[in-house]
Amino acid sequence: MTPSQKRRLYMVLGILVGVGVATTFALQAFKSGIGFKAPTEVVAGAVQQDKRFQLGGMVKKGSVQRVPGTLEVRFVVTDFQNDVPVVYRGVLPDLFKEASGVTTNGRLDASGVFQADEVLAKHDENYMPPAVGRALKKGESRLEPPASPAPQQ
Amino acid sequence: MIPEIGQFAMILALLLAVAQSFFGIAGPWRGNARWIQAVYPAVAGQFVMLGLAFGCLVWSLVHNDFTVKLVAGHSNTALPVYFRVAAAWGNHEGSLLFWVFVLSVWTLTVAAFANSLPRPFVARVLGVLGIISVGFLLFSLATSNPFERLPPGMPDGVDLNPVLQDFGLTIHPPMLYVGYVGFSVAFAFACAAMIEGKLDQTWARWTRPWTTVAWMFLTVGIALGAWWAYYELGWGGYWAWDPVENSILMPWLLGTALIHSLSVTDKRGLFKSWTLLLAIMTFSFCLLATFMVRSGVLVSVHSFAADPTRGIFILTFLALTIGGALTLYLWRAPLLRSEAGFDVVSRESFILFNNILLVISTAVVFGGTMAPIFVDLAGLGTMSVGPPYFNVMFLLPIFPLLALVSAGTFARWKRGNLGESRKRILSTLTLATVLGLAVMLGFYGDRSLLGPLGVILGLWIIASALVDPIDRWRRGLSVSPAVLGMTLAHIGLGILTTGITVMESDKLQRDVALAPGEQVQLGDYTFKFQGTEDVDGPNYEAVRAKIEVLYKGRPDSILLPERRNYWVQQQSLAEAALGVSWSRDLLATMGESVGGGVWSMRLQVRPLMRLLWLGSALMALGGLLATLDKRYRRVRAVATEPAQTTLTVQP
Repeated sequence: MTPSQKRRLYMVLGILVGVGVATTFALQAFKSGIGFKAPTEVVAGAVQQDKRFQLGGMVKKGSVQRVPGTLEVRFVVTDFQNDVPVVYRGVLPDLFKEASGVTTNGRLDASGVFQADEVLAKHDENYMPPAVGRALKKGESRLEPPASPAPQQ
Repeated sequence: MIPEIGQFAMILALLLAVAQSFFGIAGPWRGNARWIQAVYPAVAGQFVMLGLAFGCLVWSLVHNDFTVKLVAGHSNTALPVYFRVAAAWGNHEGSLLFWVFVLSVWTLTVAAFANSLPRPFVARVLGVLGIISVGFLLFSLATSNPFERLPPGMPDGVDLNPVLQDFGLTIHPPMLYVGYVGFSVAFAFACAAMIEGKLDQTWARWTRPWTTVAWMFLTVGIALGAWWAYYELGWGGYWAWDPVENSILMPWLLGTALIHSLSVTDKRGLFKSWTLLLAIMTFSFCLLATFMVRSGVLVSVHSFAADPTRGIFILTFLALTIGGALTLYLWRAPLLRSEAGFDVVSRESFILFNNILLVISTAVVFGGTMAPIFVDLAGLGTMSVGPPYFNVMFLLPIFPLLALVSAGTFARWKRGNLGESRKRILSTLTLATVLGLAVMLGFYGDRSLLGPLGVILGLWIIASALVDPIDRWRRGLSVSPAVLGMTLAHIGLGILTTGITVMESDKLQRDVALAPGEQVQLGDYTFKFQGTEDVDGPNYEAVRAKIEVLYKGRPDSILLPERRNYWVQQQSLAEAALGVSWSRDLLATMGESVGGGVWSMRLQVRPLMRLLWLGSALMALGGLLATLDKRYRRVRAVATEPAQTTLTVQP
């Protein structure tokens, strides 16, 4: 091989290795990532019991209940078609509100209650996680619309 | 009137940017000296116009001109003046104008300080910078005009998002922008060299200080972002592997690789085409970061915009810039041969491994950040990739990288001889191992594997970084600013590594519901909740808790966390209380009232948290020192102080 052919060969090999490494990481990320489910999918049985996943939707109006004096809080996540009850023991994030978007990570227990170990609320009030937005859009045509969204900037 | 002047100035700036790119590229190509000369007034004019435009925006914000949409959406009469100024970059449109303004400052600095370099070369650099400016100004004017009017106007504005009302955040975005816009200079230098088809060691010497300064600002920017997240968001997090954080980390990792590879090109004339490729990739990732933040592709705190036309525009611009530069690279890079060779254990090969590992770690971050987007695009559902992936995968390349930093410090250029450095490697490693085990097992009682390993690596970096300067000093030799800068930056890395490891391994955290008079124990610390009182701020009202902290039963400090209600945005926010010392940070954050005077709270003890900020600061300071080296000034025969660039650049 001439030096220039050798160079080109190394370059191609380098690119192949690079693409391979990046793909491996992406696949690894895909494996360790957790899936997002809307309440309708959960009710339809799309998740296995005890498998960790992300549940997203709206906090149903009037559903937030506390056990007084403790950290335990119960609420219902809805996509306006189906509801999933959630239990969480911990400090809720600043932007957690009724009739507002939420994503929670955790597992479904035997009685169909979502045991959340993490509750995330978005930091920008005008911003809806796309996944939550889409899940809600599918459901909202049937029932009452969500509480009037914050004015667009 | 003022907003219209600003708008007009932006249009003039766009025209000047077009002139700058045309004369900058066509002048040297045609060998037309008058055209080359014409680049400079265009650069100066563009700077003045963008300064004027940005000034108009700040003026509108400060004077509460609520007929301007941006002002109505992000400011408020109750907002303190300095936050009104900061609101200029706390939103999509304004931050974009700020982006081009920063670019014009960098361009002006290049034009002013590169006057001993060959004129045609400088013209090409300025021409490339002009093209980037044209792209961003078009984007700004076409899709996100900061001066857009709101026909009826509003009596008062919506206010700046309360989490953004903070000193850390007033300076975090400017630092980041100065940093990642700064890599456009290295990119332009690379493009100019490829257009000329000539790249020698002087080229690397010209490029180095600019790259290092950009890297320094990026380092400061990232650290400030982490610091802001830590104390303002107040839940103890400083790095969440949020897509936007990742998008900023990638150019930093590549920029770090670029700095090291440039040193090899400068000292030994090697790695030429690799250095060029890194310069292109680093800036591409800066553009990608802009794309990821601005297009609304990603869900995060930082996404101001969710408008698809903006995304398509940036994506097109990104494809043109990166595609153009890579095409140029494939065409021209084969011209740039490196003649010299090097041994397996030489410093060159250590830097080569440093570069490979940094690129792999970039790939880790890239894979994790993009996987959800690809999964979504492929219609496979929605997923999120979080800390479980990054915390494991990122460490795979980082641990060997940290080990190589220490070993590489002892390697010489060109020729390798492991024998003479073996003694130093072994002695520093022994010292680090003994100290690390003593600290982790003895003091913190850590039983994990990663904890002691991380601390040993961190201490080893510090120890080995110190050997050479101490040796020189004892032999009465002078230590150049470049070596001192490198030493300081490496020590900073060692301190950062040690700090993060100890903090992550031995932090304590509890969520509790506390009634006044109750107390909680965290390790040696007792947190006593004594009660709450009401307080009023300029644009909020708050409940403030008083928590007395005892260390081993002795009074230690008083923490006063607040739960604030911002009445303009109707938003409730926790204002965490921090008790800071060198040995640990104490953190108390109020959740909400859960009835009967009982409050939910998160209490934390984070050992050695300060080392994170100290380490980052030392790294940045090391970068600054390195640019002060006389070598870079000697290249520019005329009096040019690379160090001054840092002063001129600060907005």
